[in-house]
Parts: sequence; C-alpha cells; structure tokens
Amino acid sequence: MHRPIETSPRAPGRGERVSGVAHMISTALTRPRIWRTTLPRGVPAWAVAVAVAVAGLVVAPLVSLVLTALSADLSGWARLAADVLPVALMETASLLLGVAVVTGVVGIGTAWLVTAHCFPGRRVLAWLLPLPLAVPAYITAYIYVEIFDAAGPVQMALRGWLGFRSRGEYWFPEIRSLGGCILVMSAVLYPYVYLSARAMFLTQSACMMEVARTLGAGRFELFRTVALPLARPALAVGLSLALLEALNDIGASEYLGVRTLTVSIYTTWLNRGSLGGAAQIACVMLVVVLGLIWLERHGRADRRYGLSTRRPRVAQPTPLTPGGGLLAALACAIPVALGFGLPFGFLVREIMSRGLVAQIDAAFLRHLGTTVGLAFAATLAALALAVVVVTAARFARHRLTEATRAIAGVGYAVPGTVLALGLLGPLVTFDEGLNAVWRWATGGRLGLVVMGSAAGLVIAYVIRFLPIATGSLGAGLDRVSAGIEDAARTLGARPRELVMRVQLPLLRPALASAGLLVFVDTLKELPATLLLRPLNVETLATLVYGHASRGAFEDGALAAMVIVLVGLWPVMRLTRGAEARMRAAPAG
Amino acid sequence: MPNASFVRRSLLAALAGCAMLGAAAPASAQGVVNVYTNREPGLYSATLDEFTKATGIKVNAIFSEQGLAERIRAEGANSPADVLITVDIGRLQEAVDLGIAQPLQSKELQQNIPAQFRDPDGLWHALSLRARTVYASKDRVTDKAITYEGLADPKWKGKICTRSFQHQYNIALVAAFIVKHGEAKTEEWLRGVKANLAKRPSGGDRDVAKDILAGVCDIGLGNQYYVGLMREGQNADQKKWGEAINVILPTFENGGTHINVSGAVLTKNAPNRENAVKLIEYMTTPEAQRVFADINYEYPVRPGIPVNKLVASFGDLKPDSMTVAELAKMRGKAAELVDKVGVDR
Repeated sequence: MHRPIETSPRAPGRGERVSGVAHMISTALTRPRIWRTTLPRGVPAWAVAVAVAVAGLVVAPLVSLVLTALSADLSGWARLAADVLPVALMETASLLLGVAVVTGVVGIGTAWLVTAHCFPGRRVLAWLLPLPLAVPAYITAYIYVEIFDAAGPVQMALRGWLGFRSRGEYWFPEIRSLGGCILVMSAVLYPYVYLSARAMFLTQSACMMEVARTLGAGRFELFRTVALPLARPALAVGLSLALLEALNDIGASEYLGVRTLTVSIYTTWLNRGSLGGAAQIACVMLVVVLGLIWLERHGRADRRYGLSTRRPRVAQPTPLTPGGGLLAALACAIPVALGFGLPFGFLVREIMSRGLVAQIDAAFLRHLGTTVGLAFAATLAALALAVVVVTAARFARHRLTEATRAIAGVGYAVPGTVLALGLLGPLVTFDEGLNAVWRWATGGRLGLVVMGSAAGLVIAYVIRFLPIATGSLGAGLDRVSAGIEDAARTLGARPRELVMRVQLPLLRPALASAGLLVFVDTLKELPATLLLRPLNVETLATLVYGHASRGAFEDGALAAMVIVLVGLWPVMRLTRGAEARMRAAPAG
Repeated sequence: MPNASFVRRSLLAALAGCAMLGAAAPASAQGVVNVYTNREPGLYSATLDEFTKATGIKVNAIFSEQGLAERIRAEGANSPADVLITVDIGRLQEAVDLGIAQPLQSKELQQNIPAQFRDPDGLWHALSLRARTVYASKDRVTDKAITYEGLADPKWKGKICTRSFQHQYNIALVAAFIVKHGEAKTEEWLRGVKANLAKRPSGGDRDVAKDILAGVCDIGLGNQYYVGLMREGQNADQKKWGEAINVILPTFENGGTHINVSGAVLTKNAPNRENAVKLIEYMTTPEAQRVFADINYEYPVRPGIPVNKLVASFGDLKPDSMTVAELAKMRGKAAELVDKVGVDR
C-alpha cells in the first residue's frame, strides 16, 4: 500500500508515526497472504525466531481473550446483550462520532488556516497547535470538572454576576455528560488530525493550489475543491488514531459518567465478577476496532498522491483582511486554549496555591523513579525488538518475516484494558511453567516471576507501543537507499555488520523519535498499569488516578504536571523538527 | 541529537530503574505480609504502620480500586497475596465466589466481631461498618427522617443526586432492598428513584455534597464517613461541601439502616499465613478499631469502641438486622436490575 504522507527525507515526525502505525495495522489485518514453504534466507535464524516470538507475544493475549469469552456462561451473554451492550454500543458510537466530527473539523480547519493564509500569530500558532497531545485525556477530564462543574469557578462567578442562588435557576451545560466527554477528548485528540493534515497540505498543495488560483478559484472554492479532497487520506489516518485513543480511554469516560464499551468491560468484570462476560464485551470491542481500521483503509483506498515534481515546494500563504486575520487567529487559538492552556494553567495554579512543590517527599521521588524506570525499560525493549522485526522483514523479503512485522503492529489498536485482561492468563501460565521447572529442580517455591515483578507490566507496554517503533523504523528504513546496502554487501558486509554499521547509524533519527514517543506513551499509560502492576508499585498515572478516585484530584496535580511536562518535550521536539524542515523547503 | 552517549545514558537509566523496581519487589521471606487492598491507601497506612511497629512484620501493599480478587484468582497457587482487604461486602463475596478465600477460625476474631458481620464459615471478617446515608441540603430540606423506600417518592422529582448505581456501595443497597422487598418491588423502586434524579449518576459521594452546595439537587446518597473527611480534612473547598449538608440516617420501612462493611479475606494460598492472621486479628484490637473510628469516621465493628464525635452527631445508628452474608447473595441480581432499569442512563 502506498504511504501518502512524506513529511521529511530523514527523521520521521509525528505525522509519519501516524501513517506508519495505521499502515502496519491495516496491513496486518487485511492483506491476504500466501505462505511459502521455504524458510527465510539471508537472515540469521535467531533473528527470525525473535521476530516470530514477538508476533506470538502480541497474539497471545488476544487468543486468551477469545478463549475466555467462549468458555464463559452463555446465559450471562443473553443478559449482557439485552441490557448492557445496546447502551454501551450507542454511547461508544455517539462518542466516536462526536470526536470524529470535532477533531476532523478543528484539525483540518486549523491546519488549512496556518498553511494557506497569513494572519497575526500564524507561526506561533502552528507551533502551539500540537501541544495538547502532551495532556492525557483523563487529566483533562478531572480538570474540566473542577473548572466547569456546578461548584467550579466558572459557574460560581456566573451565579455571583447574575445573582442566581442555586444551580436550578439557570441553564449551563453539564460537563459530566456525553457532550462534555466529546469536548474533553476532542480538545486533546485533534492534533492527530492537525498534524497529518498539515503535513499533507504543506507538501502536496503548492502546485494544485497555484493551478486552481490560475483558473480563478476563490478562497473557499480552493478549500472545498482542493484542500478537502487532498485532506481525505490525512483525515483517515489522523481520525483513526484519535478514535482508537478515544476507544481506549477509561479514566475520562468513567469520570464523566459515560458508559462506553471500555467502561462496561470494567463494570461487568468487577461488579458482576464476570471475567467471561467482560471478555465477551472485549471481543465486541475488537470488532469495533477492526471497523475503525477498515474505515481508515477505505478512506485512503485508491488515493495515491504522488508528487509531480522531485522537490516539493511549500505553498505561498495568502494574506487575509485584518478582520479575517483576527478571526483566523482566534479560530486557531481556541483549540490551543481548550486543549493545553486551560489544563496547564489549572495545574500551575493548584501547584502554586497548595505549595505542592514543597511537599515532594521520598515516596513521590520513588514513584517518579519507578515510572521513569518502567518507561525506559519498555522503550529499550520496544526499540530492540522493533529493530530485529523490521530489519528481518527487510532482508528476508519473505512472507513469514513480513507477516511478523505486520502482526507486531496490531498491539496499538488493542485498548489497554482489553490487553491487560488478555495478558493475565498467558503471563500466569508462563509463571506456572517456570514454577513447575523450579520445583522439579530444587523442590522449592519460586512465586510469580513475571506477574509478581514489573516484567509483566513492561511486556504489556511493549505489546501496546511496539507498533510506534516498528512504524517509525520501517518508514526510516524504507528511505535508506538500496544502493548503500548493495555497496556494503559488495564490500563483504554480513547482515549483522550491515545492520550495526550501516543501517543503525542511518536510522538514528528514527530511533530517537520512536523512542521518545514510546517513552511518553508508557509514562501516560493508565488502564493496563492499574491492573497489572505488582505490589508496592505506583506510577505517576496511577498516583493521579488514586488521588482523583479519593475525590482530591488537586493533590495529584504535581504528578499530573510531571506527566504533561515530560510529554511536552517530544511533542515540541518533533514539531520543531518537522516545521523547520518544511520551512527549509523552497517557497513557491 | 542522539548519539552513542545518549544511548549509554539511556541504558544506565534503564538499569537503575530496574534495580529500583527489583528493590521494591516483595520477597516472600519471613517477616512479611502482602496485602491487596481496594481501600484508599491513606485510610490504612496509619494502622499498617502501627502493626509493623508492634510486630516487626513488614507490610507490602498494592492499592487498586478494582480487579484485585480477579487478579488473585488468575495468579493462582503462586500468588503473593496473603490478605485481601476490601471496602465493601460485594468484593468480599466476590472473593468467596472466585474461590480465593480460606476459612479462618480464630477465637479472637469470633470474640471481637459480632456474628452478623462475619462469614459463618470464617471466609471473611468485617473490620468496620459504614452506613449508606442521605445527605440533605441544610438550606432547602427540612425532613429529619427518611426511608430508603421514600427516595422513590415523586416529591423528590429532580432533586436527587447519586454516584453511579453500578458502584459497589449502591449495588449493596439495591441488594439489601431485594432482600427486604423482592425483585419486582425493587425494580419499581429503582424506576421511581431514576425518575427523581437531578442529573445522570456520576462522580463520587463527595460530589453529591458538592452538587447539593451548588444547588444541583437537594438530597443524595452518600456514606457517612465522607462527611467527616470533608468537614475535618485539609481541603478548604471540601469543607464547604461538607458544611452544606446534614446527614440523615435513613431506614427501611420496618427495619434499620443499611450497613455495608469493609473486611478482610485470608487468601487460599497465602504464602505468609501466620502473619496474615496476625494482621487481621490486629485490625480488630481496640487500638486499630479506634483508628477506624477517629481517622476514618467509620463505625467500629467491635462492640464497645466509641464512635467519633462528629459521626455520633448524625444520630444513633440502628443497623438493619439482615446479615451481611444474606445481602451479598443478591449482588448479581442487583447489578442486573440496575442495568435493566437503566438507572445510569
């Protein structure tokens, strides 16, 4: 399949991670395969073995989940289907639809404005617009409730000004609602669409825009006839990622009282004590995920946007009238304010007014250390495995290694809750095997090695975020010209040397950006961490969740701030890199 | 830009992180007890520290609101968990249903805990009691007494707030209602309550007080101890929420107040069984029970321990006579009815 977005000749940016991931997932799930009987050649056997093992690791929780669902009591299923599923499906569908519309309009609109037009603050806004990516949805949800709830400052002030005494005397939108949930999620997820749309507009539109202008197209006609059709593949990629994230969320929807599929999995499992029922809902959810991926693929189908020139030019933005410019600036500033300014400002205020910095204690530092340690371990493991999987696929050019590379891309589509649920079985089975061997050898009791340590958690992170690494490295590797490899081989380089001395050095930028993204996503991860962490282990995310579930989110403001700040770093780095490269391209 | 030293630094940091995790991982050596709890850690840490001081046994804990019993079951014979401490009878019963509980016959526990509040076979023991009360606006509600049945009275139309009815506290209340009145009447009652709701159920019990302060609703369901935590805690906002409400101890018609329990389960495969029993017994000593009363604002399960002054001011608690074990059996039915009526929709 053709990858339509090319943001850069060297280091891949966020937009590419986007297309990379979606590409891997859709390839994994939809491309038919014919198996050859020969084994891959040109690659050391251990590398093939590792790649196959990785694929097995990714598939194991899914298989275990389906088995659990099938072995469960079917009478329970009838009740679920009657009472729980219709609501959960309806709520999920409404949420996804709402998020799709809002992120689509905001993402594409702002990307078009900052690309095609000149207005005050354009450069700064282009750089600010991706920042909400750094704020997890669950943190935004807690903050929005604090601010917009009936007892929050906004409604308090409103009552003060207008002289109302109670909530019943006036109308104000309820933040704990489906609408509120759509607002919260869209506020932090629109950058997925923005980034892919901006990359598309920047690299693709110059020639077409000029042609359209020459033919007398007006400003809106230009948007409608050139920009929108152009944006379709970018929209498909960006939206599918935003929607996968929305589907994965548990913290925000649970807190805002929206009964999505993910929330239903939780309540079915925990209030009814029915793991089987939860697994059944999880399977329904996987069908929804497949649907999203199909949409993504369908949205891009048959749209190939090859460049007409070898060196793409950046379109020359056209100026707007002073009034129009102000409106455009406002339209771009509002999403930034909602998705980043408000949460960030709130956290700063809470930290200052409560003197939270002074309250940093040994326990907080230990949790910080744990979080960073886990994130580093997961990042290194994901990168190492991704290198093996991707290079094996590249050298062997064999269906087996291609398939493993594709399967490795599935994890990102599996929501954390579902993944944790599915992993429980395989991890414990593995531990029981270890224990059996240990007992046979020493007669002693070993205990849980994987589940009882952080290893189980790291495995979950790797499965979930490996696609980010394989996507990014795959895209990077595709750009290494075959000529370089051929030259190295001619000079007698073996595969190992080729990887170590030629490809890895060339892949360094891709490795760095993939590493950053895996690191940040691990840091933010909540659902799987909640369910799989061992004794005495807290991460920053579970710390925030713990405070919030105690009804005292403000006390967790510091932990939340650290998550946001650490997340900001890669977002800014990647944006800066991408913007600089785009600007470096010759203007038209 | 990344370079060799970047990679080296990352590697070092990762190793350091692993070492830290290794240090935090519990060893199942002597002198340890591993606790899985869905109680908020702040509520227990004082008692656990005292226990360590008194016995020298180190306590390892993991807190998660949900999923712990299921996890112990999945972990099977090798699970490190010795004790499961939960905030609710539903969770205790779930542990029993999943087969992860071990019967515990202890003279001391039988002396300290009234029979109504422990499993007949010793599979679980309650540690403290909590009443499902009604929070009522000081300004707008004059009623001094209320029944659970009365919550469906149309006079409260648009005036009731509550957290999700699928939450364990409300499920336990609905289960108790089924024990009292049967399924059909409970369904009717749920429809009545749903019709009276001011907003869709969400948030926690403290949010109910907050919404009453803001005038979203006049009454709501909440556990008694949150009021103590709000009024006498550190958070200035929450003080205002707590001060905005009166606490009414509701009763069933011809019955008493619905009581939920926090309790402990000795796990089937507890690797540190002796220490676990010591911990559970310690929780019922007068010292530990006083902590439940004064720091957590709960009702002590052990008779003769005074309740906190603030809690005493809510009135004399008259617990309903049904055994907690009876109520626990109706939990699944309760969850189904809540879904069927769609209270949370």
